[in-house]
Amino acid sequence: MTTTGALQGEYFISGDEACAEAGISAGCRFFAGYPITPATEIAERMAERMPDVGGVYIQMEDELASMNAVLGAAWGGAKAMTATSGPGFSLMMENLGLGIMTETPCVLVNVQRGGPSTGLPTLVGQGDMMQARWGSHGPYEIIALCPSSPQEMFDLTIEAFNLSEKYRTPVLLMADEAVGHMTERVTIPPVESLKLYPRRKPTVPPEQYRPFEGEANGVPAMACAGEGYHLHVTGLTHDERGYPATSSADAQARLIRRLIAKIRDNRADIIRTESKWLEDAEVIVVAYGISARIALWPIEMARAEGLRVGWLKLITAWPFAEDLIRELAARVKAFVVPEINYGQIALEVERCAAGKARTLLVPHAGGDVHEPHVILEAIRGAAGR
Amino acid sequence: MVRQDEPSTPVERMDGHELAEVSPQHPMDRLLRRDRLPHIWCPGCGLGTALNCFLNALIQSGLDPDQVAVVSGIGCTGRVAGYVAMDSFHTTHGRAIPFATGLKLANPKLKVVVFSGDGDLIAIGGNHFIHAARRNMDLTVICVNNFIYGMTGGQLAPTTPTDARTSTSPTGNRDHPFNLAYLAAASGAAYVARWTTLHVRRLQRSLCEALLKPGFSFVEVISPCPTLYGRWNKQRSGLEQMQYYKDQSVIEHGADPRQADITLGGQIVVGKFVDIAKPSYLELQKG
Ligand code: SF4
Repeated sequence: MTTTGALQGEYFISGDEACAEAGISAGCRFFAGYPITPATEIAERMAERMPDVGGVYIQMEDELASMNAVLGAAWGGAKAMTATSGPGFSLMMENLGLGIMTETPCVLVNVQRGGPSTGLPTLVGQGDMMQARWGSHGPYEIIALCPSSPQEMFDLTIEAFNLSEKYRTPVLLMADEAVGHMTERVTIPPVESLKLYPRRKPTVPPEQYRPFEGEANGVPAMACAGEGYHLHVTGLTHDERGYPATSSADAQARLIRRLIAKIRDNRADIIRTESKWLEDAEVIVVAYGISARIALWPIEMARAEGLRVGWLKLITAWPFAEDLIRELAARVKAFVVPEINYGQIALEVERCAAGKARTLLVPHAGGDVHEPHVILEAIRGAAGR
Repeated sequence: MVRQDEPSTPVERMDGHELAEVSPQHPMDRLLRRDRLPHIWCPGCGLGTALNCFLNALIQSGLDPDQVAVVSGIGCTGRVAGYVAMDSFHTTHGRAIPFATGLKLANPKLKVVVFSGDGDLIAIGGNHFIHAARRNMDLTVICVNNFIYGMTGGQLAPTTPTDARTSTSPTGNRDHPFNLAYLAAASGAAYVARWTTLHVRRLQRSLCEALLKPGFSFVEVISPCPTLYGRWNKQRSGLEQMQYYKDQSVIEHGADPRQADITLGGQIVVGKFVDIAKPSYLELQKG
């Protein structure tokens, strides 16, 4: 352990533990949560580790409270996070909206399990991807990252904190049970070597500060409580001062356009993908999370059969990599989308392919990952074999 | 005014009268956001008095307003956060307490005050309320209790006395209400007081004590809502409601909050019910 309390070195830990350690390395000093399988290990690790680093762990009465406590802590000046799974994620939707509306940086981890409802608490699912996109009411944009390994649970948690500070918005880490519970070697770099995006503070005196006026990239600087700025922060539609402006469609348009634009216009900076064999591909398997990792095996089998198959891993599920899918659709025959649900990200792929390439969903109800041969069959079908 | 959601500068009251001119100065100006006035509350509403008592108590407490944050939920009382010239947060319905909990724990130097209504804090936010009291979380919670949902137009609240009428209990409430003081005390609050907006000086004193009390301090402020509760229950003006409080209230410091149920037409026991020394949440963290 280093003097900052963050770990450094090689560890054999689970994805959930790696996520908690990444929070600590990223400077997260507030964790509020409620026990839920398969995300509980994140809370347990935080409960153990927060005292080492002078941070706060609090177990709240439910996930509504957890999400709110995280927002409050962010306005109190802390980097803050929570972690949950399906049923808790549903409860967090209400105040995810408050976080988006009030432009509150924070990280919300969903270790997805099989659903709907209580579903399969201990087994994998990827059925919350559209909920991540649209689960809170009203028009908004969201950032969601999908780790495929314990190492990525670490790396993308750091990334999630950075994006949340850079764009002043809650960021979702959409993990899944397989990745959360998988134990592997995780390299934790020294804190000093991490690029951490600091909270951008106002440089003007309180009289001139407008906490909801977009500056660079449409993102306002953020003062916190107790800094003398006399902030007013509301979930109502508000003007640049933060004052309610609920009788004006103009104020609504100004606010919503900026909230959407600060993500959409910066998507080139936000979106991350990883790929293999795209150059010669006539079929591309598009996947994320554990499914992206599973897909590599059938792709290699298909390539051994002489099929020209590529692999596109969506590290960022939201905003969706639509420019890339459009571009690829113009030159491939088909996309194959294995996901542990009955068609969510596949719908986005299909939308962006816009009829130029076919989209084949490989659904899975949850509880397990895809059998490689099922994906292989889909690839063969897509390639016309 | 009956409203779902209203303009920040209403132009006309429900009765059609123009709004009064805003006076050029007010003794509380330095603690109010003048650029947000006039406020949205109805004539005769107790919220102005409750806010005024709070601001006076804050001055009396000697706390630095720059280190005080006010957190509200949704409803008529929820608008308090929007009028105070301090760091202020208008959160979602029922969630002021957990938001305030995060704020306080992230920056324990702040004095965090939750100012919200009975429907907000005790119905939709009831679970958060009892858990914050259980933890003896270092928060001051001021609950303005007007026995009804004002912002949405006068519906049944968890505080509406049995038999009282509201727009969703038009023939009289056939349900039991919460006794907030008892609920707070039973849940673990270190400080519990109840006053009406008629008891201005006593309310102010209690609010000052609450602000300076470590742990969970709770002040219930019984407040007239002539526009809705009054209209449904034959007390059409704020004055009539105040007269009712004057006639019905009995000051009984140290009263057992279990004996302090509020019933339609019954006594309203007011006073300081609980003021005990027990480790606050933050004190407990020190080990
Ligand atoms: S509580 Fe009643 S009187 Fe007061 S502002 Fe609301 S509706 Fe009007």
